[in-house]
Amino acid sequence: MTSQTKQTEMLSGAAMVIRALADEGVEYLYGYPGGAVLHIYDALFQQSKVKHVLVRHEQAATHMADAYARASGKAGVVLVTSGPGATNAVTGIATAYMDSIPMVVLTGQVMSHLIGDDAFQETDMLGISRPICKHNMSVRRPEDIPAIIKKAFYIAQSGRPGPVVIDIPKDMTIPSQTFPYHYPSEVKLRSYQPKLKGHSGQIKKAISALLTAKKPILYAGGGVIMGGASDELTELAQVLNLPVTNTLMGLGCYPASDKQFIGMLGMHGSYEANQTMHHADLILAVGARFDDRVTNNTKKFCPDATIIHIDIDPASISKTINAHIPIVGLVKPVLIEMLELLQQKKKKLDSAAMKKWWQQIDEWRAVHGGRYDSEAPLLKPQYVIEQVSKITKGNAFVCSDVGQHQMFAAQYYGFNKPNRWINSGGLGTMGFGLPAAMGVKLNYPDADVVCVTGEGSIQMNIQELSTCKQYGLGVKIINLNNGYLGMVKQWQDMNYESRYASSYMDSLPDFVKLAEAYGHVGIRVTEPEQLMPALERAFALKDQLVFLDIHIDPKEHVYPMQIPGGAMNEMFLSKTERT
Amino acid sequence: MRHIISVLLENESGALARLVGLFAQRGYNIDSLTVAPTEDATLSRLTLVTHGNDQVIEQITKQLHKLIEVVKLTDLNDAPHLERELMLVKVKASGAQRDEVKRCADIFRGQIIDVTASTYTVQLVGTSDKLDAFIQALAGTPILEVVRSGVSGIARGEKTLAL
Repeated sequence: MTSQTKQTEMLSGAAMVIRALADEGVEYLYGYPGGAVLHIYDALFQQSKVKHVLVRHEQAATHMADAYARASGKAGVVLVTSGPGATNAVTGIATAYMDSIPMVVLTGQVMSHLIGDDAFQETDMLGISRPICKHNMSVRRPEDIPAIIKKAFYIAQSGRPGPVVIDIPKDMTIPSQTFPYHYPSEVKLRSYQPKLKGHSGQIKKAISALLTAKKPILYAGGGVIMGGASDELTELAQVLNLPVTNTLMGLGCYPASDKQFIGMLGMHGSYEANQTMHHADLILAVGARFDDRVTNNTKKFCPDATIIHIDIDPASISKTINAHIPIVGLVKPVLIEMLELLQQKKKKLDSAAMKKWWQQIDEWRAVHGGRYDSEAPLLKPQYVIEQVSKITKGNAFVCSDVGQHQMFAAQYYGFNKPNRWINSGGLGTMGFGLPAAMGVKLNYPDADVVCVTGEGSIQMNIQELSTCKQYGLGVKIINLNNGYLGMVKQWQDMNYESRYASSYMDSLPDFVKLAEAYGHVGIRVTEPEQLMPALERAFALKDQLVFLDIHIDPKEHVYPMQIPGGAMNEMFLSKTERT
Repeated sequence: MRHIISVLLENESGALARLVGLFAQRGYNIDSLTVAPTEDATLSRLTLVTHGNDQVIEQITKQLHKLIEVVKLTDLNDAPHLERELMLVKVKASGAQRDEVKRCADIFRGQIIDVTASTYTVQLVGTSDKLDAFIQALAGTPILEVVRSGVSGIARGEKTLAL
C-alpha cells in the first residue's frame, strides 16, 4: 500500500487498469487492440512497467497467459477488445477453466449507453463467458476499477483457481476523466471464503485407514501442481513406500524417474497404473477429480478400494466416485498435517503386505512396460519423444497440443519436476501448444521450451510464428507429422473399420519453407538416423525458433488404451492384444 | 425427491443469471423459483424447488456454494419447515357456477379479489399441493388463467438463514 502521507493520485480509468496490473506485479499482458480498448492501450503506451505482447489472434493471447500461469502458478493476464476480440478469447478461457488455471481476462465493451443496442462490435461477453469462467464482472463506475481488478486476482488465484473475466465499457476509461486511485492491499468477500485447512478429524481418519491398507495407491492430479505441493506429496509417498500414479494434469508432481512412479493412469495410462488402481484396497486421491478419462466405467471402478479424497473443491468430491473419507482443503497444508501425524505415530504400513503388493506391481510392470516397435523402419513418435527427453535431460518445459502426440509426450517424456508439462487436459484444445510454448519461453527465456504438436494442431494457431519472430521466442517445435488427424484416425481404425472420414490432411504446407517464410529455421526429418543430428542442431540454436517437421509412422496407435465401458484394468495393449 | 433450497444471494446484476445458468448447464431441474430482495437491500432471498436423488441434490448444493455471489444456502428438507405459494386464478363465473366457485374458494380459504359480471379472480395461499387440489376442485369450471408465484420457504422454529 502507498503511504498515507502521499497525496492521492488522480488517474483515468484506462490508466487505473494498467496501474492496478503493475501494482499487482504483472509483467506481461497478452492481447490485441481494438476500438473498445484503445484508451487502455494508450495508457499502456505511456508507461513501461507492464509490457504488452501483441499476438496474431486473441486465442493465442489467452493460451500464452494460461501457460504462464501453469508454469509459474500466478495468474496470466489478457487484454482484448469487444465483440470478435472477446469471442476469439472464449476457447482460451474455457481451456483455462477446465484445467483450473488462474487467469484475468480484460475484455473491452461498447460504451455503457450503447449496451443492448446491437452496437458495432458489441457482444454480451458476460453472458457468453458465464459458464466458462470462475467469475465475471462488469465495470459500472471508473473509480471501482482498482477494487474490481484486485478482486479478480484474488478470486482467480485462491481456492480452486480459474479464469476471471472483467468487461470494461469504453466510457469507463475516458482519458480526460480522472478519479482518485488507490489499490487495495487485500479483499474480503462475505460470499467467498475458500476453505484452506483440512478437517483434522478427517485427516486422522485418513491416516488410520492408510496405515491399515495392504494394497494402497497414491493417485495425484493437477491440484498438487497448482497447489505447489509436489515436495510434500513426494515425501508422503516415500515415507509410506506408496506406488504413485499421476493424472495427465498431474505429471511431474512426482518424479517419473523414481521407482515408486508407475506411470500415468486412465484411458492411455500405463498397464501397471491401471492394474494397481483396479486392485487397490485404498486409493489416496490428491488434487484429482476422477475424470471420465481416468475412471472408465464408474460402475466397475476399483471395486475393493476405500477412497480418501483430498481436494480444495467440495463439488469435486463424490461427484463421480463416492469418497469414503473426504477432506476439503488446500492439498499442501493437508499433506503437511498428514506428514506430521505420521511422524508422531511412527507407524509404517504392514511391510510384508507391501512387499507382496510391490512384487505384484512389478509383475504388471513387466507385462507392457511402455513397449513399442523400436525396430520398425519408420520413425516412431514414441522414439522421437524419448530422444527429445534425452537431449533436454528431462528438464524442458513441454507444451503440447492435443491428439496422439500429446499422449506420446505424456507417456514417454518422463517429467521429474512440476509445472513443466503444459497441456490442455480438460478441454482438449487443439492449437494450444504453440502459444503455450510462447508464453513459457517469454517468461523463462533461459529454459528449453518445446512444443510437441502434430500437423493438425499446429495449423490451428500457426499464425503465431509471426509473434515468435517479433519477440524472439526460441521455441523448439516438434511437429510429429503423420499426415492424419492421428487420434481421430485411431478411433476410426478401432471403431469405424478404418473409414477415415475427414481425418486425412491433404495439401499440407511445406513446413520447412513456412518456418523460413516467417524468419525461422525449419528442418525436415524423414529417416530415423536424421533425428538426433536434427535435434542437436535445433537445441544448439539457443535463441532461434526451430520448426522440426518430423515424418513419423502414420499407422502408429497410442497404447495401452482402456476398453470403453470396461473397468480400469481392461485395456488394449497393442493392435492385436487385449487384457 | 423434491427439495426446497433457500439461498441468500448478493443482490447484484448477473447473480441470478449465473445461478439459473448453472441449472441449465449441468442439467438440474428447476420446478419453481422465487426471488426478491430482503430487508437488507444488498441481499436477495431465493427459494428454489428442485428434484433429484441424494447425489444430485448434494451436487446442486455444492455447485451453488461455488458461485461467488452465493452467500449462504440451506436445503429446507433437512429440518422441519414451512412452505407457501400464492396463486391467482381467474375463472368463468356465471349462473350456477358463480356460487359454486365462491363455495369452493371459501372451503380452501381463498379470497375473491376481483369480480366482473362473468368472472371471479381467486387468490389462494398454501402449499403447492393445496393449490393443486383447488384447481382439481374447480373441475367443471372453465379456468381462464392461472398465475402461481412458486414456493417460498422458511425453517420452523429458531433456525434461520441469515448473515
